[in-house]
Amino acid sequence: MKELRLMKGNEALAEAAIRAGADAYFGYPITPQSEVIEYLMRENPAKRTGMQVLQAESEVAAINMVYGAAACGKRAMTSSSSPGISLKMEGLSYIAGAELPCVVVNVVRGGPGLGTIQPSQSDYFQAVKGGGHGDYKLIVLAPATVQESVDFVKLGFELAFKYRNPVMILSDGIIGQMMEKVELFEQMERSSEEYEWATVGKKEGRDSVIVTSLQLQSEEQEKVNLRLQAKYREVEKNEVRFETYECEDAEYLFIAFGSCARITRKAMEMARAKGIKAGLFRPQTLYPYPYDEVNRLASQVKGILSVEMNAGQMVEDVRLAVSGKVPVKHFGRFGGMIPSPDEILEALEQKIIGG
Amino acid sequence: MSEKSIISPENLVYEKTGVMTDKVLHYCPGCGHGTAHRILAEAIDELGIQGDTIGVAPVGCSVLAYYYFDVDMQEAAHGRAPAVATGIKRVMPEKYVFTYQGDGDLAAIGTAETIHACNRGENILVVFINNGIYGMTGGQMAPTTLPGMKSSTSPFGRDVSTMGNPLKITELVAQLPGTYFVTRQSVHVPANVRKAKRAIKKALEYQKLNRGTCFVEIVSNCPYGWKMTPVESNKWMEENMFPFYPLGDIKVPEK
Repeated sequence: MKELRLMKGNEALAEAAIRAGADAYFGYPITPQSEVIEYLMRENPAKRTGMQVLQAESEVAAINMVYGAAACGKRAMTSSSSPGISLKMEGLSYIAGAELPCVVVNVVRGGPGLGTIQPSQSDYFQAVKGGGHGDYKLIVLAPATVQESVDFVKLGFELAFKYRNPVMILSDGIIGQMMEKVELFEQMERSSEEYEWATVGKKEGRDSVIVTSLQLQSEEQEKVNLRLQAKYREVEKNEVRFETYECEDAEYLFIAFGSCARITRKAMEMARAKGIKAGLFRPQTLYPYPYDEVNRLASQVKGILSVEMNAGQMVEDVRLAVSGKVPVKHFGRFGGMIPSPDEILEALEQKIIGG
Repeated sequence: MSEKSIISPENLVYEKTGVMTDKVLHYCPGCGHGTAHRILAEAIDELGIQGDTIGVAPVGCSVLAYYYFDVDMQEAAHGRAPAVATGIKRVMPEKYVFTYQGDGDLAAIGTAETIHACNRGENILVVFINNGIYGMTGGQMAPTTLPGMKSSTSPFGRDVSTMGNPLKITELVAQLPGTYFVTRQSVHVPANVRKAKRAIKKALEYQKLNRGTCFVEIVSNCPYGWKMTPVESNKWMEENMFPFYPLGDIKVPEK
């Protein structure tokens, strides 16, 4: 049954968490994502589904509550915005190291430091390249619409449990705050599955379960790393997601993710109207990154412009994908500034076509 | 009479509890951790809740506690055990959840998590081992190091004018409405071991009532960190630690 609603991005995320059968949400207020926990508290999902919601004393505590619940095999989620996500990095490294599933939302705002409360994409590196300590990866989903915010919560839990790995939804202040029409999926049941890796109380005839990211013997810790790396190769093989717009005959290519991809799409249409054969490539997964697809498109176009609301972060992955085949340039606004389609088109004309 | 016939319950022969594994403890000779582990394991055993207990290990000397307790366990980041335990208890409210933490973990880096878990009245047991020193990292000053006490980062003794005062966190959490039972014990002589075990057992039993956090501090020794023999360290503990950290119940449930 189709259920259409007009919803704010952050509230849609929260509703999606309830509907995805989440068992628990632990959060801490921060602009521009506080509506997630506000909506959950208002909805009282303990009554709807039995889902537990708790406002923690800090982002640090919240991510560690997620650790505890996730290690019981439960569907746990937290959300925050950039400065708060920095605080969660310790916990995320432990969660990745202990191979626990969870969903973490970052409604990105401008930085560094306390920065600004306006939208940004300047946490790309933190999300995709590490952020916390050690060799680990988050699966990173980048929604461009309120609809995708909803869909990626469901997908996020699926991927988190499929790979026993933390999943980050890299939203931003635009998508979090904007209202759009959204189709909600039907309420899913909370799972009662008892996983063999989860601490649910020691059963007769089995060893006690230990959830840890500690291996004092280097040989053992290397084995953990090798297992993680093998898992990441699987993720890279199976989970790349992207969309292309007008790429079939494109001579010039825009690459952008999240809200920035929507602004860039307008720039692409304006370019087409001027007779410039431009296309747009939008990665939906930032890890795993669609290297192969970008590489294939690089054989067809004359140049690529990576458009980002940061000082040039994803462009490094684009360059890796393109491997020198064609010029790759970056255009960005940052600190909470949002690029206009006009300036994006101008950047294409000056940096790529005229460059 | 054969050895087998002597070992029978009515003869009260000591047996190792099945809630402790057969792994050899890594703790230093004379350290109180082993005894503290044993009484907690025995309490779990005697209450018959081994299959319903989930423990959280800290970072510090007892980081490997999960090797010794034969219950499902999680290893938390440094200081975060009360938050991890909160996450567990909120999704598994019918389980018995405990944390086992040292003074650095609980009263320095994890102060916020400790106070807020207690203040929310999370229905968990916090076992707090206070030996006034960072043992695992080599004997540095802890939040509970006594004034004038020497450590590798207070080599001339703790100068409270620059290094701050020892934190009586147990008295502090007893003030919070969320705590139900708060007590301070020791495990250095048999009589106190029995008392400490009774306190832990009571605290676990209280967890069924859902009345709030139970907090059991065990003032303990650190022969290695204090640079003393085990016997000297126990004597030093009696003469110096107990006057500052007096043993006994601090908050008991209202009748």
